[in-house]
Amino acid sequence: MATPSVVEPTRRDFLYIATGAVAAVGGAAAVWPFIAQMNPDASTLALASTDVNIGAIAEGSAITIKWRGKPVFIRHRTPKEIEDAKAVPMADLIDQDARNPNLTGDNTQATDAHRAAEGKENWIIMIGTCTHLGCVPIGQSGNFGGWFCPCHGSHYDTAGRIRQGPAPENLHIPPYQFTNDTTIRIG
Amino acid sequence: MSGHSTFDPKNPALKWFEARLPILGLAHSSFVAYPTPKNLNYWWTFGAILSMMLGVQIITGIVLVMHYTPHVDMAFNSVEHIMRDVNYGWLIRYMHANGASMFFIAVYVHIFRGVYYGSYKDPREVLWILGVVIFLLMMATGFMGYVLPWGQMSLWGAIVITNLFSAIPFVGEAVTTWLWGGFAVDNPTLNRFFSLHYLLPFMIAGVVGLHVWALHVSGQNNPTGVEVKSSSDTVPFTPYATVKDAFGMVCFLIFFAWFLFYVPNYLGHADNYIPANPLSTPAHIVPEWYFLPFYAILRAIPDKLGGVIAMFAAIVVLFFLPWLDTSKVRSARYRPLYRQFFWVLLAVCLGLGYIGAMPPEGWYIVIGRLLTAYYFLHFLVILPLLGFIEKPLPLPASITEAVLAKNGAAKPAVGA
Amino acid sequence: MSAKTRPMTSVSALLKAAVIAVATFAVTAPALAAGPAHTPHREDWSWSGPFGHFDRGQLQRGFKVYREVCASCHGIKLVAFRNLMEDGGPEFSEGQIRLLASEYQVQDGPDESGEMFDRPGRLSDRFPSPFPNEQAARAAQGGAYPPDLSLIAKARTYTRGFWLSLLDLVTQYQEHGADYLHAVLVGYGQPVPADAHAQPGLHYNPYFPGGWIAMPNPLSDGQVEYTDGTPATVDQYSRDVTAFLAWTAEPHLEARKQLGFVVFIFLFVFAGLLYFTKKKVWSNVAH
Repeated sequence: MATPSVVEPTRRDFLYIATGAVAAVGGAAAVWPFIAQMNPDASTLALASTDVNIGAIAEGSAITIKWRGKPVFIRHRTPKEIEDAKAVPMADLIDQDARNPNLTGDNTQATDAHRAAEGKENWIIMIGTCTHLGCVPIGQSGNFGGWFCPCHGSHYDTAGRIRQGPAPENLHIPPYQFTNDTTIRIG
Repeated sequence: MSGHSTFDPKNPALKWFEARLPILGLAHSSFVAYPTPKNLNYWWTFGAILSMMLGVQIITGIVLVMHYTPHVDMAFNSVEHIMRDVNYGWLIRYMHANGASMFFIAVYVHIFRGVYYGSYKDPREVLWILGVVIFLLMMATGFMGYVLPWGQMSLWGAIVITNLFSAIPFVGEAVTTWLWGGFAVDNPTLNRFFSLHYLLPFMIAGVVGLHVWALHVSGQNNPTGVEVKSSSDTVPFTPYATVKDAFGMVCFLIFFAWFLFYVPNYLGHADNYIPANPLSTPAHIVPEWYFLPFYAILRAIPDKLGGVIAMFAAIVVLFFLPWLDTSKVRSARYRPLYRQFFWVLLAVCLGLGYIGAMPPEGWYIVIGRLLTAYYFLHFLVILPLLGFIEKPLPLPASITEAVLAKNGAAKPAVGA
Repeated sequence: MSAKTRPMTSVSALLKAAVIAVATFAVTAPALAAGPAHTPHREDWSWSGPFGHFDRGQLQRGFKVYREVCASCHGIKLVAFRNLMEDGGPEFSEGQIRLLASEYQVQDGPDESGEMFDRPGRLSDRFPSPFPNEQAARAAQGGAYPPDLSLIAKARTYTRGFWLSLLDLVTQYQEHGADYLHAVLVGYGQPVPADAHAQPGLHYNPYFPGGWIAMPNPLSDGQVEYTDGTPATVDQYSRDVTAFLAWTAEPHLEARKQLGFVVFIFLFVFAGLLYFTKKKVWSNVAH
């Protein structure tokens, strides 16, 4: 064929690149709904809060309720458990962060006061899934009298802080508030 | 035609891989170097459009299954959950529901293109038969998919269609009970339809693979119906057919988007937004639009078994089309008589579709019977006779000659 | 081309005959199918067409009519309280909806002793239905079943015949359900035709299929108080509650049409580019 003019290839190349670019943008945009559909749907997101009556939980006992499909431990601690937890020096903790979204200040150290309910240190409310691989720990067992995860041997103390074993973090605390002395709203 | 794979990778890693699994060479010879007749018109892009629609249906379907519950108490609400709560759920569900209709529109265009240009004739009989198998599988898939939302039309469509099998002599009742898994269309039926609705598209994909394989053995037909004679008759699939198919697909997507975004319920039935109620039949039961011509044939015969046989025969006759058409000339371009009967057949099929949507009373019954009779007359009498009666127009010697004649001699004429 | 034109004429004659035949039936079809019911009038709804959107004030008024008039018999069980504050709907404030939800009693449970109990509604709850099930509804309504209204605007329609249906496809008119609801709500009180035999316990309404409806005329002028100056008439109530029910049937309607517009622009640009690319690629091949 004859030699193409100088203008011809550049114009043609521009057309091909533009078409390819538009195709790529369209393809990427078309993929998004198919990814987004796997995120929690509106009805799941709306199931944010649940009210729990804690009036009947005697000292030294606990209940487990379900929030967002996960177990939440609500434990009415004994004075001895509180003393034990308070006695632990910061340096002994594997994870020194309180993992408590309800704290308002900048200090998020994993002290017992930062783990327990604010102003109600006999109550501790935590998400009951081991921070290692998600099993549910057993209460009042293990080497520290707190929680023990039977799956891979993680030991938590009476404030739910990781002390021994493979779990990297303290048991997480859900957002919650006391709506009155005997009712808490989780979420 | 044979040995057109010239794929020879330079990259040593690719060379190593290709020596062990020559899949890149297969792809190259099938979709890059594959010689395509250069005179194909836009009706030939519907093969690519159908592949795209099968992909759309499988992807959206798999996504819908992530949120759908196949249980009579929950199916309806789970579909509404998709429509209301799932992120982009409304988009994906409407894509799937309208996508089914688009799939059928495209397949009907594809079928009538094959009928017009004689694409079913020697040596493409197996290609055509595989196509009819795909069409049957599509009908089964579409029917069972429509049952899944468990609205009134879902349930009553399922009841009416499964009752067709009760027309079988002696074992009819046993067969329907077996199909239902009970004494009526109920939860077991919904569950098995769901299972099969998920399975069949993958079977369609498998038969599509065979269909494409058979196509690549015989090569594509073309508007002249004259076989490819030399390499000057063809162009490589890529970029020529690829870019043309891409343009056809995007135009089809515009058509699809019109339904999807602006009239997503146009092709559905209002009654299917009423939860299924086994105690009350909707006033006017109609199948999905793509079944209407066959539904009209079913109702045209005033006998239960006869109607069912006629309906299935209307599809079965397509399997024999390559032998019912006795003409040696493929394309209707060079068959002046056949061309007229083609348009009449198309009008008759559309008319049957219209009759299928109307209540079976008065003149509709008469017209429905006449059209049904003509449908079979076309395939069983007219087509075999035409081959003997008709005097075809002179055929071009080759595709290249036909193209030259069109572009050279008849410059001012309207292009085909 | 010229050789082909001669046979084409007879084909077009045949086709013309076929088209005329089909058209004749299309015109006579509604007359055959309609029965005693009148065809609803076509209304001008704000959410129809490619750029259609709901009027927030109308949806809020419509909800008020639903709540004060319809809700005693009809549920909207697919709608959650939170939906009323979401984009594209009535868009009430979160505070309004929290208050509204707390005025409903929703069954929850079982509690520690295994009993089901009622508690105030929350944003995530769906509207409780007035009757626990269909049997209870029929028992309370003398055998009639007031349907759930969540999807009613999509679950009702009327036929306009073949050609007008094609026109609706081109003009994107999908609001037949809304036309029907409005026609029924304002269709009471018309003179009963002499040949229609009254049925005990039913009410004459020519827009209801069959002409006799169990629901008594639900609306009267001034029945629901409007605070935004909108006329408190039956016609306005009916339009407002119809709009509200159109939204409950298709809560993402606005998002759908807006996304559709973007997709259309994209597809046209893409198709244009592909067209020129195709022309370029094929420019050196006679075909």
